Amino acid sequence: MKKKSVWPRVYLAFIFIVLYAPIFYLMFYSFNSGGTMNNFEGFTLEWYKELFGDKRLLIIVLNTIIIALLSSAISTIIGVLGALAIVYMRKKTAKQALLSFNNVLIVSPDVIIGASFLILFTMAGIKLGFTSVLLSHIAFSIPIVVIMVLPKLQEMSSSLIDAARDLGAGHWDVLSKVVLPYISPGVFAGFFMALTYSLDDFAVTFFVTGNGFSTLSVEIYSLARRGISLNINALSTLLFLFTIILVAGYYFIMQRNSRSAGAGVQK
Amino acid sequence: MNNKARWFYLLPYVLWIGLFVITPILLVVYYSFFDLHGNFTLANYEKLFTFVYMKMIASSFWYAFLITAFCLIIAYPAAYFITKTKYKQLLLLLVILPSWINLLLKAYAFLGIFSTDGAANNFLEAVGIGAQQILFTDFSFVFVSVYIFIPFMLLPIFNALDKLNPALIDASRDLGASAWTTFRKVVFPLTLSGVKSGVQAVFIPALSLFMITRLIAGNRVITLGTAIEQHFLVTQDWGMGSAIAVFLIITMVVIMIVTGTRKRGVQ
Amino acid sequence: MNKLIRAFAAVFAIAFLLMYAVSVLNGPEQKAGGNVLTIYNWGDYIDPELIHRFEKETGVKVIYETFDSNEAMMTKIEQGGTAYDIAVPSEYAIDKMKKANQLLPLDHSQLPNLKYIDQRFMDLPFDHDNQYSIPYFWGTVGIIYNKDLMKGKEIKAWNDLWSPELRNNILLVDGAREVMGMGLNSLRYSLNDTNKQHLIEAKEKLDQLTPNIKAIIGDEIRLLMENDEAAIGVVWSGTASEIMWEKDNLEYVVPEEGSNLWFDNMVIPKTAKNIKAAHQFINFMLDPKVAAQNAEYVGYSTPNQKALEYMPKDVVNDQRFYPSPEQTEHLEVYENLGADMLAYYNELYLEFKMHKK
Repeated sequence: MKKKSVWPRVYLAFIFIVLYAPIFYLMFYSFNSGGTMNNFEGFTLEWYKELFGDKRLLIIVLNTIIIALLSSAISTIIGVLGALAIVYMRKKTAKQALLSFNNVLIVSPDVIIGASFLILFTMAGIKLGFTSVLLSHIAFSIPIVVIMVLPKLQEMSSSLIDAARDLGAGHWDVLSKVVLPYISPGVFAGFFMALTYSLDDFAVTFFVTGNGFSTLSVEIYSLARRGISLNINALSTLLFLFTIILVAGYYFIMQRNSRSAGAGVQK
Repeated sequence: MNNKARWFYLLPYVLWIGLFVITPILLVVYYSFFDLHGNFTLANYEKLFTFVYMKMIASSFWYAFLITAFCLIIAYPAAYFITKTKYKQLLLLLVILPSWINLLLKAYAFLGIFSTDGAANNFLEAVGIGAQQILFTDFSFVFVSVYIFIPFMLLPIFNALDKLNPALIDASRDLGASAWTTFRKVVFPLTLSGVKSGVQAVFIPALSLFMITRLIAGNRVITLGTAIEQHFLVTQDWGMGSAIAVFLIITMVVIMIVTGTRKRGVQ
Repeated sequence: MNKLIRAFAAVFAIAFLLMYAVSVLNGPEQKAGGNVLTIYNWGDYIDPELIHRFEKETGVKVIYETFDSNEAMMTKIEQGGTAYDIAVPSEYAIDKMKKANQLLPLDHSQLPNLKYIDQRFMDLPFDHDNQYSIPYFWGTVGIIYNKDLMKGKEIKAWNDLWSPELRNNILLVDGAREVMGMGLNSLRYSLNDTNKQHLIEAKEKLDQLTPNIKAIIGDEIRLLMENDEAAIGVVWSGTASEIMWEKDNLEYVVPEEGSNLWFDNMVIPKTAKNIKAAHQFINFMLDPKVAAQNAEYVGYSTPNQKALEYMPKDVVNDQRFYPSPEQTEHLEVYENLGADMLAYYNELYLEFKMHKK
């Protein structure tokens, strides 16, 4: 294990090639003048031009991002509180019960979640549209956040908390200075997972949306009847490049912060 | 801990459980006892134990098992290698990123890649194996499902591995344990919670996959999810759909209880 | 902790900023006031340009939503969460919705353009006197095949599909009525057969077809046929005409044993809030020039007789897509068989899908 082998790199490279193959495939054909996803005929930017002329699609994209950001942020907050509640629960049976309930939404097929939420919203008199979609996305993202945060919390030794408490830290201090920093990788993981779930969801949104409100996956699904038009490819390309830039920027900032923070700790 | 703080954690979470978990479960259980004409019946459950449905359940579990197993086999080393690199956070983000591109679009890309004269077959021909029918086979179904679920498996494992104290591995190696023994006796048990989270996040959704079964498997694979979707959206036999859903929920609770007791035994 | 708070604050800030952007983008359109018309149609089943023209002519703002199956549409209308003013169900769904009191009667005095519809498509069994519905498009179910891949062999009947030469070469549209109907028709039974023995026979016959079937899918058949992925597809006539528009050397036949004749129709569901605009829209779509433009865009067959005058001769005279009354005589329209029978069809269909090669 001491000597550096090339195999891990080859393995990872292979994984990444497979992960990105379909995406590059989509991106490649977004420049196809042929109009389909086979037979590359010639280079064109026509689809991008068409895309920017489509205001409706632009609104749908923005709505999708808004729903994703808001639902994952809110579900992360509730999910972290929930994970704390589960960990602090003294009774084993109550703990198991909460955990089981937590996992029900993960196991339930989207269609069932969608249908039962639809009944729920109509009973509650909530108008279908932005609110109902946001609430559903929060609802189905919470359990995945809990699952992401729980292992971190469970690994945290209680002696750490006891030590803090012995040193006179109040409950809030323990939470904000000890617990949350410790579990923050889990929190971010949960947030990103929730984001993923939200951006990817089709079935639940399909049921609970209405009154003209639409997200990208629902729109794509309805466009699929005619075979996907290449301006959707163009859109994916742009969204993908945008996220890459965002991630690169985020990573750059984090690197600089952690370097200066690391230097601070080491003194 | 004082009670007020506990309620602060518990309240939003329990509220969520009540509204978006318990209510839908009750609705589903309620519907499962009604036939097409709204009469009370147990026939839906009787039907569940007929040969056709038993066969479907068995094949769903088999495919879900295959998908989970491949995910684990592929994701575990990948997560391990990623934790060993300098840019682990960046690489992790790169693993998650592809899942932000709409699932349906990626499915269409695979439709192109796996087609008779698509990229995959061109590759096979170049290597000398010759073109195969890839689309609409068990292979393509499992491959694409694994592709979709990889991030959900990799993330929790990565979190667990990342937490692992390198001193433990060094200690084990210093004591003369081989790399394999170290992995078996030290690394794997300590990352088991991550593996469990990953398996939960993959196995159960894999039982209820539905869009992929049509697009990639051409309906040659029928999962419980497909059946539920059919019953809710096509037959409008909500009772039968709900009965299958209840079956899935019970299965999940059983799995939870089993893993729960084992954990207690270890402690 | 601070890092967490900052990150979340940033997320919320971005979200609210985007919401502001959406409201700016939406801005001018929302001024239409209360005069909004919500249309619920199949995906890609109208020329979007016509919606703009309707908005311009009437000052009504259109919200356009799509569904992918009659059942999904009925579920949403039944729940009533959205005020749909227009929906476009197929004939058997109309019968069902009528019985469930989900439709409002139409006021024919507000639909002067109704006179352009071919009498042959009026007053059909699922809606006598067109009390609730106006035909939108119509067509058949049949077989499209690739003459190159078939190497000159012709297909005329359902039973030709069982030929061992066609191994792994057939795409089926994913619909219980369509596939079971094919089995029934191949045995010369009716599409609407309710004799369980006949249905089981049909299912067993279909099981024998399994080695020839490549996939049972939805609208992707279009893409796959265009790419020579399979030689044969069992499709709706509209899908076939769309594929043939893109690709040469294909043939579409309605099998001689019989097949399905279908109609999609405009209705006003009980959720409607803007009944006046709904009538305006139906009348607008009945305008011959509008109907012609729409039919050319969508590629399905229009029931509007006057519209045919505005369309290319070779399209209108193509008897594969505009069959004469004599040619459709042996075809059957789906009847609403009732929930129990339909469930039985679906169960057999599910069993057929699970039948392994």
